[in-house]
Amino acid sequence: MKAMVYRGPYKVRVEEKDIPKLEHPNDAIVRVSLAAICGSDLHLYHGMMPDTRVGMTFGHEFVGTVHEVGSSVQNLKPGDRVMVPFNIFCGSCYFCSRGLYSNCHNVNANATAVGGIYGYSHTCGGYDGGQSEYVRVPFADVGPSLIPEWMDEEDAVLLTDAVATGYFGAQLGDISEGDTVVVFGAGPVGLFAAKSSWLMGAGRVIVIDHLEYRLEKARSFAHAETYNFVEYDDIVVHMKKITDYLGADVAIDAVGAEADGNLTQHVTSSQLKLQGGSPVALNWAIDSVRKGGTVSVMGAYGPMFSAVKFGDAVNKGLTLRMNQCPVKRQWPRLFEHVRNGYLKPSDIVTHRIPLEHIAEGYHMFSAKLDGIIKPLIVPSPS
Amino acid sequence: MPYTADKPKPKESSEQLRARIPGWGVDLDPKDRPSVPRERRDLATGAHWEFPERQEEKVPRERSIEHKFLTPVFGTSTPPSGVSGTLRRFAYRYSEGRAAHWLILLAADRVNAWEAHLGSFISLRPDNPVTESGVLSEFSGHGVRSRFGRKRADLAHQWMDPAIVAGPWILAGAAAVAVARKLGRHKA
Ligand SMILES: NC(=O)c1ccc[n+]([C@@H]2O[C@H](COP(=O)([O-])OP(=O)(O)OC[C@H]3O[C@@H](n4cnc5c(N)ncnc54)[C@H](O)[C@@H]3O)[C@@H](O)[C@H]2O)c1
Ligand SMILES: [Zn+2]
Ligand SMILES: [Zn+2]
Repeated sequence: MKAMVYRGPYKVRVEEKDIPKLEHPNDAIVRVSLAAICGSDLHLYHGMMPDTRVGMTFGHEFVGTVHEVGSSVQNLKPGDRVMVPFNIFCGSCYFCSRGLYSNCHNVNANATAVGGIYGYSHTCGGYDGGQSEYVRVPFADVGPSLIPEWMDEEDAVLLTDAVATGYFGAQLGDISEGDTVVVFGAGPVGLFAAKSSWLMGAGRVIVIDHLEYRLEKARSFAHAETYNFVEYDDIVVHMKKITDYLGADVAIDAVGAEADGNLTQHVTSSQLKLQGGSPVALNWAIDSVRKGGTVSVMGAYGPMFSAVKFGDAVNKGLTLRMNQCPVKRQWPRLFEHVRNGYLKPSDIVTHRIPLEHIAEGYHMFSAKLDGIIKPLIVPSPS
Repeated sequence: MPYTADKPKPKESSEQLRARIPGWGVDLDPKDRPSVPRERRDLATGAHWEFPERQEEKVPRERSIEHKFLTPVFGTSTPPSGVSGTLRRFAYRYSEGRAAHWLILLAADRVNAWEAHLGSFISLRPDNPVTESGVLSEFSGHGVRSRFGRKRADLAHQWMDPAIVAGPWILAGAAAVAVARKLGRHKA
């Protein structure tokens, strides 16, 4: 089969690999029909995530058809069309049994501080991912869901991460009616977080980025008020000005480890790997929110320390909430929202790239070329 | 204004927002929010075991020393090998709480890329920095037009990226030249 393979920082290629085998009685092998590149994949692509090995296949957003199932699988059979959450989880450990699927303790041998994620380095369990023709799906009775008849495949693939994560991020903000929400980052996660904030009753939704074309999308798709941080000497002061010096009630970090806006922070994290991530957006979130407000962190950070302005968070009495999204828990409600037309996930898809050209896909998404927001990866049909 | 007690009035009322934005307020009630409360015991996960069956450990599997035992299920992608593999196994002697663990792993990642690049030159498929970096999409993806005149903050560091991509090739080239020179001098 053909699969994307990591060759070192900023380098990927397509290789011929063996079709994955069942390794456990509850495994399934899924034939991928559609996959995506996520902002999280860029952290791997840039070599920021420790224990990212040459030869690994990335990809934690994919849908497809069940090809083979293990002996203990009860809920799936070959031929079923499935969507697979980016989390690998057992459904039965201390954390899974409390709904914390992204914090599963039975799937990641390499680390206890993070659950299992498809194609996301050994630090997240060492599983190959779905930017490939076939993928091994552990705990087939727990993770995947059948794609509802009425659902578009592109909507389904977006529900495996970006939509669910944005929606989860808004929930962690604990939004009350009329609240002012500021979202840092107008990528897929930020766009869905902004959109979801309205569903939870926000009175005002502000989105910050430096890419004009994404801010344009935030206005049209997410009905948000937008600001380009490059145009302001100090975006935090600007946030105070536009909220009558109170600050926002809720801030959502949808940027993560490679935030721009401060060259020192960026270079010490992205280039020199001296920090787990550049906390520029997180620090802006901490400083922009009002005292007693909530900061919801969806952006991903590496396992090393980062220079976060913790004192401000303490002195302001902030609530900081964060996690990897437990995707499957969001699905029943999100399916209703998609069906009712409140959310149309595939509206943010800008590129559909054949698996053979995935190297170009990574480059364009990393360098933010050609108005790219969400690139999908299409394995060759056979 | 924070100097007085009232919360600033939003520009639009809830009624106006409901009329303008599809789905406004459908999840106003926290009961409708799937991750509220954070922890609950009544979710059906599909698991039909108390503890999962154990996956067979076909090659020795490195694990975090913060785990009591090897997890019942684990990934089998790219087992550690070569010099980078030795470094990785060493890193797993330290807990996740130690910077040494992560710094050794990051060093192993860099060594691993070098091993792969050098190895590829004696294989049938040498690494090709042009195709593998996807840089040709600069043309189809309008590299110049996408970047300039657009107030982008990331241009301040994007110029460093090519050094990371081409670095190994430039260094390898320089080393080859140095070796060739030395050999040439020996002969002379
Ligand atoms: N918690 C989770 O479960 C989860 C799931 C998916 C993604 N993520 C993380 O969410 C983040 C965003 O993902 P994405 O797919 O939307 O990525 P993306 O790269 O497409 O978007 C990030 C956006 O942030 C903008 N940005 C950079 N610096 C900024 C700053 N200082 N202030 C405001 N905006 C800034 C960028 O221009 C870009 O538009 C990533 O860190 C990703 O790893 C987390
Ligand atoms: Zn993702
Ligand atoms: Zn679990």
